[in-house]
Amino acid sequence: MIPITLTVNGRSRTLSVEPHHTLLEVLRNELDLTGAKECCLVGECGVCTVRIDDRIVDSCLVLAVEADGASVTTVEGLAEGGRLSRLQSAFLEKGAVQCGFCIPGQLMAGDDLLRRHAQPTRAQIEEGIAGNLCRCGCYYQIVEAIEVAAGDHDETELAMAESTAVREMPPHVVDQ
Amino acid sequence: VTIDSLIGQSVSRVGGEGRVTGEQRYVADIHLPGELHVQLVTVPVARARILSIDPSAALALAGVQMVFSAADIDTEMPRFGPQFNDRPVIAIGETKYHGDPVAAVAAETRDIAEEGARLVRVEYEELPAVFTVAGALAPDAPLVQDPALRAGDELAGTNVLRRHDISWGDVDSATADVVVENIYRFPMVTHFAIEPHAFIAAPEGDGIAVWSSIQHPYWLQRLLARVLGLPLSKVRVHSPDPGGAFGGKQHAKYEPLLCFMALRLGRPVRLVLTLEETFLAVRRTETEISVRTGVNRDGSFAFQDIDANYLIGAYADIADRVVGKGSYIGNGPYNWPAARINARSVLSHTVPSTAFRGFGNPQINWAVESNITEAALALGIDPLELRLRNLARRGDRFVPFDTPCDGDWAQAIERVRQLIAWDEPLPAGRGRGVALGIKSGPTTGLSYSLVRLLADGSAVVYVGTSDMGQGARTVFAQMCAAELSIPLELVTVVSGDTAVVPYDQQTSASRSTVLMGNAVVSAARQVRARLEELAGGSDAPTAELVHRALGPMGGEINALGEGRKDAEEGHPLGGSAAFFEFNATAVELSVDEQTGDITIHRYATVSDVGRAINKLQVTMQDEGAVIMGLGHTLMETYVFDVAGRVRNLGAIDYKIPTSMDLPLEIASDIVENEDGPGPYGAKGMSEGALLPVASAVAAALRSATGVALRELPLTPERVWHALQARDRSPASAEPTESAPLSGSHERTSSYEVGVTTGTTKKP
Repeated sequence: MIPITLTVNGRSRTLSVEPHHTLLEVLRNELDLTGAKECCLVGECGVCTVRIDDRIVDSCLVLAVEADGASVTTVEGLAEGGRLSRLQSAFLEKGAVQCGFCIPGQLMAGDDLLRRHAQPTRAQIEEGIAGNLCRCGCYYQIVEAIEVAAGDHDETELAMAESTAVREMPPHVVDQ
Repeated sequence: VTIDSLIGQSVSRVGGEGRVTGEQRYVADIHLPGELHVQLVTVPVARARILSIDPSAALALAGVQMVFSAADIDTEMPRFGPQFNDRPVIAIGETKYHGDPVAAVAAETRDIAEEGARLVRVEYEELPAVFTVAGALAPDAPLVQDPALRAGDELAGTNVLRRHDISWGDVDSATADVVVENIYRFPMVTHFAIEPHAFIAAPEGDGIAVWSSIQHPYWLQRLLARVLGLPLSKVRVHSPDPGGAFGGKQHAKYEPLLCFMALRLGRPVRLVLTLEETFLAVRRTETEISVRTGVNRDGSFAFQDIDANYLIGAYADIADRVVGKGSYIGNGPYNWPAARINARSVLSHTVPSTAFRGFGNPQINWAVESNITEAALALGIDPLELRLRNLARRGDRFVPFDTPCDGDWAQAIERVRQLIAWDEPLPAGRGRGVALGIKSGPTTGLSYSLVRLLADGSAVVYVGTSDMGQGARTVFAQMCAAELSIPLELVTVVSGDTAVVPYDQQTSASRSTVLMGNAVVSAARQVRARLEELAGGSDAPTAELVHRALGPMGGEINALGEGRKDAEEGHPLGGSAAFFEFNATAVELSVDEQTGDITIHRYATVSDVGRAINKLQVTMQDEGAVIMGLGHTLMETYVFDVAGRVRNLGAIDYKIPTSMDLPLEIASDIVENEDGPGPYGAKGMSEGALLPVASAVAAALRSATGVALRELPLTPERVWHALQARDRSPASAEPTESAPLSGSHERTSSYEVGVTTGTTKKP
């Protein structure tokens, strides 16, 4: 066992890990942060996406010991003070969430995209989430949600979605 | 609060917040104290005689608590399955397919379980096996199923599990001006739910508790009670929302095995499959379908004759029902004077196939709709007009012994015509295609819902439906709130526990909005009626009425509602369709002649849904179905080696659509005539839009290039080969030879019989 120290969602954590255990395993099994999911475990599906310092990674491909000293953000760290981030609420507003299993990874990828591009183009968004599979097929809605969140970036007061808000149906035709 | 302020509105998803914060707990996220981890042990061939299993090295490893195999079951091997009790709890005597577990190791940690599984020594002898329709139907083919399992069945000596033959009119003596006959192949594909199946079993009192990513918790409860010899009340199934299911989580897989292990060990055991293991647990039935379509020069349909072989796996699962129900409606939404469908479920030494969105219909749709396009081209009639001309109209008994046409389906076709600009000239290099889809809704059903109106005017509604992404709980909350006239946020929906929630038959066949919806509405209306009776009217907001009705003691008003569709004796499917899912699809695409790569420029899909309860969720279902359908259309297929091993397990070698594979533009719309049997006129939906994806894309490819491909997926390689063949023989209007997919030569070579040549006969 090897001692490591991580800052996870702003909180310092010291723990002993097996040298062969991935960051994903440690997050899920040692820290009970189960937002990052297990699916392909070969870095193809993106459900385990988390942020390490200034970049996102497939946490199934990162050994926990490699993250020693790093700052890690998981989907559990996106909401602040119990309030959903603009991106999280945009996912719900735009209908980007069906079964939800891929959503933690999609959100981390979308969040990263918005950090790198304040106003990403549709092509940039599609490429930005290309490593995050969604079998429910919500891609159009995920792209739209990221666009909406980007559009609201400059607003000082971020509109929070009411969880039961009744809203107008968006136009049926989605042009891109 | 009025009905219209909630029904049809795109209210936010119930359970949505937990899905964006990471709080939602799927089965793999749940841990029990004292749990052990299970690892399956398999052999690297499809069919093998198990000579010996030596667990000693594994058991010597610290932390290994058990190596379970058939030898550990001291009674006759219990067998299970939704249709036939053919699947053993664990392989006995021989393995039947690549991935069939021969043993299972339980250990204190996942690491130890994995290591233990590697140490189990299995001696085996590979046996001859069949992996294709041709191989399975060969006269000397090895039998997949032990004939003793179906004694007295005249097909027991063959690999045909069952035949499903339906006909009307006199096909044999029918004539037509043009007869088009072709063979179409649909690939073996897997569900690829992003959540791999996960199972936990734990002894609980004098019974057992199970957690499973299951669509049908009550069916699982019944099956486990039988296999374990326990009363239903002693089997508790927890079914947290599955992370995608698509049919692949309908039925028991490893739950019986885990129950045996947990009861033997007296401790909880858990098994979370890898994605690779899900490929070896569930898949869609592959098909080889021959269609003969007779059409007259005036565009009237004369007859259609379908011969369909569905390649199912080594155990039946629900696949034979897939074959029966999927093929049954195979002639499509048309009025045929004469039609015949002869379908077979053909056993093979491959992964047990099961339900998969569309339930056998996408396969037959691919064949039949593609052939109708061919017939239109042969006659020189617009493919859309040919379909309209023969379309069943409301009330038509297009399948003579079933539910008559229950929609104004031409409206969907006209809408898709507009959305794709069908009548506008084609841009250079583009092609357009159209196809229709139809699927029978549930033929039987039974759902109960309990609605409790609490003392403060809030409500709890209990539904046994699994919310696997379709948003079931959202529409039930809408219905409950609307009927009780209370704000939506005062409704809590409880599901996922057979010890708490009343019975529901199953979550499948796009039934829940209709059948469970009727149960919810019935319960809520009873509650409302009782409330108004006790309160002496409805002259105040609900909360006030409740206060008046219940008085100082408080309490609650509750009622149980039922949604029911009984079986019909003598019906070929056991019951007529509760409704039909109808969809019209049109596609505009171009093909890169250098690479064979298809770009879909515009995709239009229109479904008849009766009435949308939640419009946004309806759109999500339809567009999601399209994207899923593009998988088997453009890229997905299992690749086998000669030993029947799947060579492209997992996400690297088996591609599903990503955000980079989308149509450049999608237009989805719905037809709402409030003519369904569900609440407010709703019909079921969510499968319809998937049915005609391949047929419409291939028709557009045909239009763009002149090439007719009759084997999916339409990979760049396959398209490129077809384009090359076309250019080598430009005189041929019908370049038809399907190029084999690289890596699967062994399999496709056995398919060379009955080459897919289009024949146009003029009697």
